Amino acid sequence: MTGHQFLFWVFAAVTCGGAIAVVLTQNVVRMAFWLIVSLGASAGLFFLLNADFVGTAQLLVYVGGTLVLLVFGVMLTASGPFSKMQTRPGELFLAGIVAFLLLGLLGSSVCSVDWDRVVASTNAGQPITTHHALNQGYNRPEEGNTGHPLGMAFLGMRPDRDLAPGTKTLSTGYLLPFEIASVHLLVVLIGAAYLARAKRRIHPNES
Amino acid sequence: MNPASTFGIVQPAFSREGACSLCATQGPTRNLNDMMPLIAANSLGEYVLESLLYWKLPGNESIAFTIAALIHVVLILTFFGVAPLIFIWLERKVAGRIQDRLGPTRVGGRFGWLQTLADGVKLIQKEDLCPADADRMLFRMSPYLVFVASFGAFIALPFGNGFVVQNLEVGLFFMLALMSLEVLGVVFAGYSSGSKWALFGGMREAAQVVSYEIPMAICALVPVIATGSLNLVEVGHFQAGGFWNWLIFQNPFTFVAFFVYFTVATASVKRAPFDLAEAESELVAGFHTEYSGIRWSYFFMAEYASMFAVSGIAVFLFLGGWYDGVGIIESLDRFVSVNGCGWLGQYSVNVIGLAIFIAKGTSLVFFQMWVRWTLPRLRIDQVMMTCLKYLLPISCVLFLGATVWPLFLYSLPMTAKQTDVRPPMGNRVYNPKPAAVKPSEKSHSTSHPAPSAVIIKEGSGKEA
Repeated sequence: MTGHQFLFWVFAAVTCGGAIAVVLTQNVVRMAFWLIVSLGASAGLFFLLNADFVGTAQLLVYVGGTLVLLVFGVMLTASGPFSKMQTRPGELFLAGIVAFLLLGLLGSSVCSVDWDRVVASTNAGQPITTHHALNQGYNRPEEGNTGHPLGMAFLGMRPDRDLAPGTKTLSTGYLLPFEIASVHLLVVLIGAAYLARAKRRIHPNES
Repeated sequence: MNPASTFGIVQPAFSREGACSLCATQGPTRNLNDMMPLIAANSLGEYVLESLLYWKLPGNESIAFTIAALIHVVLILTFFGVAPLIFIWLERKVAGRIQDRLGPTRVGGRFGWLQTLADGVKLIQKEDLCPADADRMLFRMSPYLVFVASFGAFIALPFGNGFVVQNLEVGLFFMLALMSLEVLGVVFAGYSSGSKWALFGGMREAAQVVSYEIPMAICALVPVIATGSLNLVEVGHFQAGGFWNWLIFQNPFTFVAFFVYFTVATASVKRAPFDLAEAESELVAGFHTEYSGIRWSYFFMAEYASMFAVSGIAVFLFLGGWYDGVGIIESLDRFVSVNGCGWLGQYSVNVIGLAIFIAKGTSLVFFQMWVRWTLPRLRIDQVMMTCLKYLLPISCVLFLGATVWPLFLYSLPMTAKQTDVRPPMGNRVYNPKPAAVKPSEKSHSTSHPAPSAVIIKEGSGKEA
């Protein structure tokens, strides 16, 4: 077993164990803690795949952002000292059915893919591109030199496609989806601020 | 992993910027015609593997990289332990002097320089208490969470030219992400203590840090726009030469961004005047009210190490990284690579750079202490207002300005020749072509056309 495989098994076990602990715990804040463990370990899996940017985004968005808000919300709204989540047997039964159906779906779709062919067609393990414009960061491409290509793709250009020798077309990149998502988030933010602001009205006739 | 063919070969190294030490992580293109021989190791792991092969010791890549990882961990842990030791002593001396006292004077002979160690021994001996009302598991885990988050940030922090555990392409992003996890430990500590004071401290911390993260990230992006890289070693190389090359003097927006960043960073490591989470006069001790002994000291180790981490980011983003500002490091670099002093020469230059970087970071930490003992603590509403109504808009304006600035310079008739719309850093460094623009010449690169424009032309030409 190489070091990579060993680390993969460690991270995979921690991810799954944390996820199971989230389900089995009844205390909401402890759930959040186990969610940290699970999400952090899956970020570790991304780092193991040299997907630095995705792993870091996972840490920042899910662990550093969403979970902090979750815990914050629990702390603000909890009535007792340590809020518990009690599930009734019926809910447990329904949720179990849905979860196992989803598991079956995921498992069957994973098993139905011919992975050898996919791996061969995607050149797994090969650098993301061979074009010189992308190989000039400080890190070698196989060490996760994904910052520049991702940034350019967000700006609306796919360097691995558009700059490859013999390419005649420009692909669209991710600029439009990115902008749509950010405008959507802005709308949500403004709406939340409008709903949450203090409803104090000044009545000049009173007092 | 590198192909084994490069191991064990003494290879001529690359251009001057690439001439890093054994610890360095280097670019893919190697200029074989350069004069300096260097062991062809990209990282400590490869160096260990080479040495194992050289001494005919049993070992494969996994063992070599495990050894390298252990070496890195021990080095960083040592720094992580020693830096708070010194900073806490410094804090007490600074506090004493500012309040017209002497501070610690006796322990360890003069200046009380062993005071922190004595305190540490005392803290280890103390009983590890856990309140009866507390959520035991979370209460015990949260100091480790804070500690690990703060420690993890040091993985991507370069301590000099190539002295970095993992030279991530997204190093800055990684550091900011990991330091944002610290707040979770604090919130858990506040929540699980089963104490009202601690709960208030934790909630204040959550509200404060979540809001201050936004201007911090935006301010950190202002110099990133100027360099085009999130890799802190690249950002450091960008600032070679005199202090006028430092990113703080790059344009007016980075100059303002430094001060905004420093304010926000002070708040994000919960230092006074933003230390609402542990406001002694209101909340006893805030989130760590119920902690004692070694767990309590983990919070403080993490706090002081984080102070150095945010200061280190500031040094790399604004204050020239490991460069001294008068060109000594740069000329030493050039001397070493021209005269072929081997890896030892380059290594010594890097050690000098390390000392300069640590000195700069420490002086920023000192400045944070100075601020702490000079300014009164804000109220919580003032803290939130400062962030959301002032620092956030200011940082957005700075970000916008930094984006528009090169275009603005480009449009002026008198500066159109002197400036170019700069491409990402990666296009200029490690370019084997002779037209490569070295970082030292970046501020007066007049002769080269803007490489980003070249890329655009390339693309549009292909389209047509």
